[in-house]
This record gives sequence, structure tokens and C-alpha cells, in this order.
Amino acid sequence: MKAPAKRKPRKSERVMRDGPDLTGGELEARLEATWSRPKGVIGWLASVDHKEIGRRYIITALAFLAMAGLLALHMRLQLMLPDNDVMTPAEFNEAFTMHGTTMMFLFAVPVMQGVQIYLTPIMVGTRAMAFPRLTAFSYYMYLFGGLFLWAAHYLHFGPDNGWFNYVTLSGPQYGVGKKSDAWAQTITFTEVAALAVAVTLVATILKQRAPGMTLARMPIFVWATLVTSLMVIFSMPAIALVSGLLLSDRLVGTQFFNPAEHGDPLLYQHLFWFFGHPEVYIIFLPATGFVSEIVATFSRRTIFGYPIVVLSLVGTGILAFGLWVHHMFATGLPRVGYSFYTAASMSVSIPTGLQIFCWIATIWEGRPRLQVPMLYVIGFIITFVIGGLSGVMIAAVPLDLQVHDTYFIVAHFHYVLIGGAVFPLLGAITYWFPKSTGRMMSEAWGKIGFWIIFLGFQLAFFPMHIAGLMGMPRRVYTYPAGMGLELPNMLSTIGSFVVGFAVALFVANMVLSFWRGLPAGPDPWDAPSLEWATSSPPAWYNFAHIPAVESRTPLWDSKDDFPVVQGLRVDDRELLMTTVISASPDIREPSATPSIWPFVSAVAVAVSFIGSIFSPWALVVGMIPVAIALTAWFWPKLPGPYAEPQIT
Amino acid sequence: MSRPPAFTEDVSGLPDHAFSYRSMTWWGVIGFMVIEGTFFALMIAAYFFLMSNEQHWAPEPIDPPGLVAGSLFTLILLLSEIPNTMVKRAATAMDLPKVRRLLPVMVAIGAVLLVIRGFEFNSLHVLWYSNAYGSVIWGLLLLHTTHVLTDWGDTVVLSVLMWTPHGETPRRFVDTDENALYWRFVWLAWIPIYVLIYWVPRMFR
Repeated sequence: MKAPAKRKPRKSERVMRDGPDLTGGELEARLEATWSRPKGVIGWLASVDHKEIGRRYIITALAFLAMAGLLALHMRLQLMLPDNDVMTPAEFNEAFTMHGTTMMFLFAVPVMQGVQIYLTPIMVGTRAMAFPRLTAFSYYMYLFGGLFLWAAHYLHFGPDNGWFNYVTLSGPQYGVGKKSDAWAQTITFTEVAALAVAVTLVATILKQRAPGMTLARMPIFVWATLVTSLMVIFSMPAIALVSGLLLSDRLVGTQFFNPAEHGDPLLYQHLFWFFGHPEVYIIFLPATGFVSEIVATFSRRTIFGYPIVVLSLVGTGILAFGLWVHHMFATGLPRVGYSFYTAASMSVSIPTGLQIFCWIATIWEGRPRLQVPMLYVIGFIITFVIGGLSGVMIAAVPLDLQVHDTYFIVAHFHYVLIGGAVFPLLGAITYWFPKSTGRMMSEAWGKIGFWIIFLGFQLAFFPMHIAGLMGMPRRVYTYPAGMGLELPNMLSTIGSFVVGFAVALFVANMVLSFWRGLPAGPDPWDAPSLEWATSSPPAWYNFAHIPAVESRTPLWDSKDDFPVVQGLRVDDRELLMTTVISASPDIREPSATPSIWPFVSAVAVAVSFIGSIFSPWALVVGMIPVAIALTAWFWPKLPGPYAEPQIT
Repeated sequence: MSRPPAFTEDVSGLPDHAFSYRSMTWWGVIGFMVIEGTFFALMIAAYFFLMSNEQHWAPEPIDPPGLVAGSLFTLILLLSEIPNTMVKRAATAMDLPKVRRLLPVMVAIGAVLLVIRGFEFNSLHVLWYSNAYGSVIWGLLLLHTTHVLTDWGDTVVLSVLMWTPHGETPRRFVDTDENALYWRFVWLAWIPIYVLIYWVPRMFR
């Protein structure tokens, strides 16, 4: 086809590219003009900057952590003494449901994805996420979902059937009112958000890595992000589907889970746990990515057994899809099912064990510095190993049937989730805080906080093993006196308040350090990966020049100067796409500009989703504003007269 | 950046667009196809799970769905791949007049298919609330309909877009190419669903 006629560009419209002739202050000023967003409320809502969106995810998730944590403290007050009446049974039901739902769907997954959104582009050396408007949309979906759940709680229709909302208790016959609908639609919001983020992360990692960053040179955290994002893509449709089927049973009278009409409640459990078990690793694997980065930096050597760690991540990701039925041992299974899922459950401990040995070997071979992030890593290894061992115990069917639905299980999953994910997260926040804010967190308060939270955690959760083995059931609002449960419960309550105090101390350290912390500089820890090559906090455009990577530890291996490529446009948002495996430069593609339409689309979808718990027609009518908003979002901008030749 | 840059390679000569897996759009489309494919796979798993609870499928005394509407839909859907391939080829050849001519054809085909789909719902011989069998075949059909409808809406917008000056930019040809790829997913996903809705209930009576 003939190229369309274009007038000759004026000099001021000339295509500007970075390089030896355009570098330093002038380049940075031009990039700033291209990549910054408009000021004001609209500009804030329209932001597509991955650092802003990542920060919003993390702060929102920490707010939900605090709210769910307060519910936990309330429950612990109730359980502090036998026959207590701080809470009614109904309040207790709602509290543990809100606690679990919030922690899993509104804290654990979003906080990990928030960190991934923040870090991935600067770790792979690019200027923006792939599909930045989709990333912005995902945040608003997550936020609206979370606000909806908590609004339901305050308006007295918060869910109360447990975080998995099993039928038949949640079905149309027994789940009266809108409580189950509130749960199911919250899930839809959060899954849409998580799936959108997963796609953008996979595309960013596979197509936007800096030239030379082959798959074999990717930071381990980026590997962990890739594996977890793929896990999200394959597992989260299950929960979105099952919550949709539940809503459909409740709203329009389908019979998927109604045994009277040949539906099956166990179908719900299978679909739920097909998501639910990978979910645990979706939370845990990013944390192992944090640990690998922190261990390497603070041991001052490359990670021991890089291929083993990467293969362990991939292996865990695959095995995680083969164990969901171990959550259903008590439903009755064929004997071969028991054997298979026991074996599969035990086998997943092998790749995780390999990773732990690699970290220990890295510390052993290196010159470790016991600063706060490293303390959290050590706290993680100790706590997670205890939780992992209790996990291997309950993979055995006879033991599982004994301790099923007791506090032993509560102890186990808090050891693996808090020990396995929250401890590394606190270490990661301390580690990357200077990158995000330009200031260091207080080391002294950080160390004090670590010891309080580590010891407080053991005090809160270890006695639950004992209470569980003594037969104390979970999800029951009280227990009678004289059964020997007083002491473990009193210890757990004291420990949980210690943990609450330590978390408050950690947040106070963050807030005070944000204002008063020591200036950090680009690379305060002498770390090896690309995010430490740019300023702290990074500029809107992340890197003035796109890095060229020659090893796994680029900052340790190029001491005097910093290899970069040149020739990207600076007068337009342009990204360098590289090939999937070898990261060779391939094409240049534009990146989306800020837009209010992702926010408007999220509002339109939210109205439709929330309306749908009252009438199915809300979904039909709601499609119209959603379609309008999406069309406006995707409608392209016309290239200016100074664009490059259009048909090549 | 604290260290001085050492320039290595000049990327200014690289193309500013590409088709297929070199384009970011392709990765987005593939990502969502995998997600939606997982939805289909899980719904199909649910179908077999519920089927295993029944002595007969379709359960007595329900008749299996009528074949006319569903088979006509399938035939037209499969034949639509001919113009779809033509659009795809025209897009990769950046043949704007041809793309402008063919996209409205795909819009018309989509509209016809949606009308036939309405008759399909009417020929299932069971309602969604009658029993689990009715729920799952309505669910499968509805899930697929959302995909036909979404791609139809996308094709309408794209057809309009290609008639504006936007149509002259190479990246819009990439969009057209990927839209055609998504249509392939829509008809490929339909084949097992067609068998499950219309033929399996005949085979296991």
C-alpha cells in the first residue's frame, strides 16, 4: 500500500532519540516531560505508572492487613478465656470469614502482585509495564472489590461461612440474605484484578527485558514472578468460575450444587481447591523470590545453584496443581485417591527443600551481613521449616483425619503463610524501601521490631498446635473450661497482641523513615540487580538509557561504567521489545499514555457487578456503559505529523 | 544513574511494529485466550463431574437438544474461517481497502450467528433451573455466547476504526490480525462444546 502523504516535520517536531548526543540533564528533562503524568485528581486517577500503581497496591493491601488483623485480635480476645462472651457466635462467624477472605484475597495476593508491579519493570530494565492501562484498571477493580466486602461487613451483610464459603451452607437454601453474594462478588472483583496483572507481568517479563538479559540471566525474583503469574492464569479461573456458578445458583436458580436436582456440593469443593491450593504457592513463591534476592545481596555472593532454584520454582508451580484434593481428605475418597494425593503433597516439599538448601549454601559460602532484611530471611527459614514439617505430617491421611478442622491446621497454615510469606515481605519492604522512597528505614528499630514479631509469632501460634492436638475445633466461638485449653489459648492471645504491636512498630518505622530516614542513594546495599542502577526513587521513565545486560549480576560485574543501548525515542513513550529467550533487541513499540478510561471502566464494571447481586439484569444493562468505557479506553490516538514513516 | 553510560548498540533502526509473537498485542490476546480456555476446560470438567452422577445423560425424560440450530451455527461458524483468514492475510499484507471491505463481512456473520444462537437456547429442551444437566448445558452455551458477543463487539469497533484515518497506521493492521486470531479461538473452543451439548446427550441415553 502507498504511504499516506505527510507534510515535512518542523524542526521542533523532529524525532528525538537518546544517545551520546542526547544524554545527561537534557535527556532527563525531555524524558520527564514525556513520561510524567498530568497533575491533579484526574491525573492521579489516570496514572499508568507502574511505580505509582504498585505503591497503591501495597498501601491498600497493608490497610486491609490492618483491618483483618484487628478482627484477629478481637477473636483472640474472645478465645482468651473459656466460655467468654466478648463476641456472639454470629459475630465470631463473620469475624473469621472476613479475616480469612481479607487476608487471602485482599492482602496476600494483592500485596505480592503490588511488589511485582513495582519491581518487575525496573528489575528487567524497561520503562513501563506491558499494557499499563490494564494494570491501572486492575488496581481499581481490586480496590472496589475490597471496599465492597467491607461495606457489606459494616452494613451487616458481611459473609459468615468461612473464607471458602462452602455450599450447601452458602447456597440458596441455607445462605439466606446477601452475605454469600457479597463474598462471591468480592471474589469476582479480585480475580479480574489478579488475572489482569498476571497477563501484564508475563508479557513484561517475556518481551521487555533489557537486551542481553537472557532467561538464564533473569533475577530469581523475576523468575518467581513469571511462575506465579502463570499459576494465577491457570488457577484463578477456577475460583472465578465457582463463585459465578454459586451466584447463578443463588440468583437465577441453577442447580449446580443442589443435590436434590442432581447437582453436587463436592463440585464446589473441587473447583475451589483447584484454585485454593495453587493460591498458597501464588503467595509463597514471590516470597521465595524476595529471599533469593536478599540472601544474595547480604551474603555478597551470587545465589548458590541458580538453575536448581529456578527449576525448583518451576517444579513447585507445576506440582501445586496436583494436590488440591488433600484439602478434601475428610470428604471421603477412593483409596487410590488418598495414596496419590498424599504422595503428591509430600513431593512438593522436595523443590522447596532444595531452595532452602541453596539459600543456606549461599549464606555459608558468602560473607553474610545480619541486617534487618537478612534477619527476616533467617526468621522465615526457621518458621517455614516448622510449618513445612507440620504440612508433611498432615499430608498423611490418618493424621489429617484426626486433626482436620482443629487448631493444628490453623497453626500449620499460619506458620507457612506468615512465616513463609509475611516475614519475607517485611524483609523485602525493608530491603526495597530505600529504592521506593530514597530513604533508609531505621536499622535499630527494624531489629527490635524483628525480634518482637518473631518471638511474638511463636508465642501466638505454637500453642495452637497443642490446642489442636487436644481436640480444639476451629471456627467455634468458645470452649468449655476444664479441658486443658486455657493455657494454650491464653498464650496465643498474648502472642497475637505482641504481633499486633510489632506490626504497628514496623509501620511506624516506615512512616517515620519516609520523612526522616537517612538518604539512601541509588544502591545502598551494594546489590547486583538492575533496579539499583537507577535513582532512588526512580524517575518516571525508570532509566535514562535502557541497560544492556552481560551477566546475572550486572552491577557487580561492571564497576566503572554502565553498558546501555541508544536510539529510543524520547519525545514519545517508546519501549524496546526483545526476543523471548535471548532478549535480543527486536522492535520498538509505543507505550500507552495516562488515561481516565481504565478508572471509568472499573466504575462501570463495579456498578454492574454489585447490581448483579440484586438482579441478573444488572449484568445485561451494565454491559452498555462498560462497552462504551472500554471502547474509549482502547481508541487509539492519531500519530502526529512528525511520526515515523507509517508503512514500511 | 551513578555510573557513566557506555553506549553499545543503536536500536533506532528497529521497526516500530511487527506481527504475531513479535507484537505485544499478540501476547495480550494469547494471555486472555489461555485464561478463557481455562474457563472452558473447567466448565467441561464440571460437565463430566455432574454427568458421572447420572444414570442417563440427558436424564430421563428430557430429550437431547434439537440439532438444527446448533448444527447450522456450527456450519456457519466453521465457514466463517474463510473470510476470517482473508481478513488476516489482508491485514498482514497491509491491504487497507481489502481490510475495509472484509471486516463488515465478519460483522454481518457475527450478527447472523448471534441470532441463530438465540434459537439454540430455545432448542435445548431443558431450562437452566430444571436440574444440574440443564444448568451445565446452559452454562456452556452462555459461556461461549459471551465470547461470540465480545469478539463481535470488538469487530464492530475495529471496522469503524479502520474506516477512519487510524486505519492507515501499521499498528491497526496488527490489531486486525490479532482480532482474526481471537476469532479462531472462538470457533476452536466451540467444537468440543458442540459435541458436549448436542451429541454426548444422544450417546449416553
